[in-house]
Amino acid sequence: MSRQLAIIVTLVAGVLMVVSGFIKPTEGWGEDVAEWFNILAAIAFVLGAANIAKVHLSKISARDAGWGFSAITLLAFAVTFAVGIMKVGVNPMPAFPNVAMSGEKDAGGSAFWWVYTYVMSPITATMFSLLAFYVASAAFRAFRAKNTEATLLLVAAFVVLLGRTFAGVVLTGWIPADSDWAFLRFENLSTTIFEVFASAGNRAIIIGIALGVAATSLKIILGIDRSYMGSGD
Amino acid sequence: MSFIDRLDAIDRRWIFAMMACAVAIPIIVIGMTGVRFPEVPGPTSTAAFEAIEALPDGAKVLFSFDFDPASAGELQPMANAFMRHLGQKKAKVYCQTLWAPAPPLIEDTLKKCLLARNPDLVYGVDYLNLGYQAGNEGVMKVITTDYKQSFPTDAKGTRTSEIPMMQGIENTSSFDLIVVVSAGYPGSKEWVQYVVSPTLGKERPIQLVAGVTGVSAPQLVPYFPVQMKGMLAAIKGAAEYEFMVNEVIEAANPGRPLPPAFMEAQRRMAPQLFGHLLMVGLIIVGNTIFFLKRRQSRRGGTMGAAA
Amino acid sequence: MNQKQTWTVIFVVAAALLTIRSFTGPGMAKVYVEDTRVSLKQSGEKEVDGVMKPVYEAVAPGTDGAIEWTAQSQVPPRVYYAAEAADPSQTAIHLSASRTIGVWVAALLTLFIFSFLYRDNPFYKFAEATIVGVSAAYWMVVGFWDTLMPKLFGSLVPAIVTANFMPGLEGKSDYWILVPAALGIMLLCRLNRGLAAVSVIPLAFIVGTTSGLKFVSYVESDLLAQTASTMKSLLVAAPAIGDQPSTGFSMELSIKQALLFIGVVSGLVYFFFSVEHKGVVGKTARVGVWYLMITFGAAFGFTVMGRIALFAARCEFLFDDWLWLIDPTQNRVVVETAVASVNALVGAMASSPWMPALSALGC
Repeated sequence: MSRQLAIIVTLVAGVLMVVSGFIKPTEGWGEDVAEWFNILAAIAFVLGAANIAKVHLSKISARDAGWGFSAITLLAFAVTFAVGIMKVGVNPMPAFPNVAMSGEKDAGGSAFWWVYTYVMSPITATMFSLLAFYVASAAFRAFRAKNTEATLLLVAAFVVLLGRTFAGVVLTGWIPADSDWAFLRFENLSTTIFEVFASAGNRAIIIGIALGVAATSLKIILGIDRSYMGSGD
Repeated sequence: MSFIDRLDAIDRRWIFAMMACAVAIPIIVIGMTGVRFPEVPGPTSTAAFEAIEALPDGAKVLFSFDFDPASAGELQPMANAFMRHLGQKKAKVYCQTLWAPAPPLIEDTLKKCLLARNPDLVYGVDYLNLGYQAGNEGVMKVITTDYKQSFPTDAKGTRTSEIPMMQGIENTSSFDLIVVVSAGYPGSKEWVQYVVSPTLGKERPIQLVAGVTGVSAPQLVPYFPVQMKGMLAAIKGAAEYEFMVNEVIEAANPGRPLPPAFMEAQRRMAPQLFGHLLMVGLIIVGNTIFFLKRRQSRRGGTMGAAA
Repeated sequence: MNQKQTWTVIFVVAAALLTIRSFTGPGMAKVYVEDTRVSLKQSGEKEVDGVMKPVYEAVAPGTDGAIEWTAQSQVPPRVYYAAEAADPSQTAIHLSASRTIGVWVAALLTLFIFSFLYRDNPFYKFAEATIVGVSAAYWMVVGFWDTLMPKLFGSLVPAIVTANFMPGLEGKSDYWILVPAALGIMLLCRLNRGLAAVSVIPLAFIVGTTSGLKFVSYVESDLLAQTASTMKSLLVAAPAIGDQPSTGFSMELSIKQALLFIGVVSGLVYFFFSVEHKGVVGKTARVGVWYLMITFGAAFGFTVMGRIALFAARCEFLFDDWLWLIDPTQNRVVVETAVASVNALVGAMASSPWMPALSALGC
């Protein structure tokens, strides 16, 4: 029963979103549905966080390998959640000083802001920056000019790497900028690769993806593709 | 074991150490000397600059900060330069974000780049922080028809219908320009898809300029220049744009030197240079080893066959 | 020397260097804040949505009946130095213990993550476990205060929300909000195995809405607009120079337009798998592959650029905000460098009471 209802809900929501883009009187309906979608997205954050808590609690209770780190995760979760929900260290809004919890949750100096600035920001930023090292190692070990295609890839990468820094200017700066050969300067070659070749290649990919997304969306809306419901269909 | 074999089997941690030195040493040297490399702006950065330069005084600009601290190293210099340029153009700046970790970045950018140079600006009259809303493209869909429905209050909890700057703002078409600095999903691509593209071919299509990460720049370049009027691609794009903005601000404010904080993207081009040179060197060495070993194995194969 | 001893030596040396750095020159990693006393007193009332609400005005600190608190704003060290130089007894600008500790925490967590480059270790795992918990809670808190509070609870129980949490919100009941509320509760049922089947309804709503949104936008933006951008005249007019109108066509731009067109068409042919890639189709697809390879090469170059930029930003944080080795933003007036620190250290040692004893020992 719930599966049939789900198919109907998908059909109605999908058709409404499509129709509201073309028929003016239905614009408001589309707006309302999108707004409900936005609220559900925020509730999904609660679901995600609760799920993480559940997984780590079960790891601790089962004393699985690395349960100590699960305890750290839960502690970090509990502290961040508590200081954020209770707005610890947040002053009221000057317009509403009588309402103690009227201030911004992440106001400068608050506990939630502290966690964001000194814990969340450095860890996430450093994790992303680690890839600079792995990409260097991969370039040394795997980036080989084995055939025409690989050579083209390598040459394009070379030109972009040199052309996007001052090295390109130094290496081909002897070619006069106003001459017919100026296009051979690394910075110009890099721009041409970016705006012509990468643009063409990505445009082909974008058009291909658009066709795929349109087909998949139609299959979902019409109930042909029900894979999102899990096994059984 | 020959030298080539040893080089081929080098511990990756030596490569990591080389990368660390290639980036860290220039930062210390540049930090002590203040030396910078000259910038030659490319077409996509120039187009972004010209789109903002063409705005009239008091233009309404929606500025979406769709990134988090993880990408701030690359994108914050762009956001800073955009904000300073908009301040110079006396634009009315409406800040918002579709990324939960971005609200503190908005506050910081406003404080350092808009209010530091223009302390007389009034919140709600000259600039506004509308904060975050969950829903990604769902929010975009709503703001194309009714902006205040998606953002019922600003970041400070004041209802948007009571804010002076929000008078006359119906939807995204009410803005003269949209500036998006984005790291991924939702970001510039979604802004093009859900907000800009429906207005193409209309009397007043929405104008959008973007600042994007190096990872997403090649995927977004096909939208330039029709669906995206300008684009800052990676830290190089940020440095080019920052250079142009600084020139304009210095020309407009003779005798008022620019703080060094406003040259962060240009400063970062030095570690970038040495990092790139190391990458090029590693690729050359790696390929040299590859070809030498292939030649060796072919010779060995031929000799083996002859024997 | 085994690995444990190596690590011990590294830590001891690093701790010694940090200690020296902390106590030489103006120190390191210090954050200063300026206190501002906010004092507000009710001056009247105004009607908002049919309800009388108090209006406040700023008054002098210490005024009877005023609501007061201290607001802090971060200031660069140079502002503190200037204030101290002008009036050594001032207390308005002072060191912030929480923020200074914060810089140390951020620096240590940065190093914990970098330690993974050597090998997986408990420090990295600690930072990793921390970020999982912090991120999950962060998103939940932001979603709660920025979306659920104004939109869901603000429509369900407006009086409570406006009285206690968001006084600026328009308190208006909207019973349609019960629909997403019900869907939300059904979504949360996913946490309970027995009730999980119910969660397929909100999931269907999310999938249906997303499909509808994506169908229109992808066709409009990525299929039609991108095709239109490709199907342009191959003869491109030369750009106008200043007031001079465009004369004739530009060879360079025309070649670029032709290359772009060939690239898009050949790339699409490569992705068309319903026809065997032989003959003309095969050759065109091969050109498409070349374009794609150049595209991926460019993407690699840009990715490298992005990642190095992120690493550079972390280095700047460590050298500038934490160690105070560099001062590119001139936050500390006197550019405190590593060299200056060493000089200060040498100076301190020379004037120390045990220096004569060391000299006597021939050191």
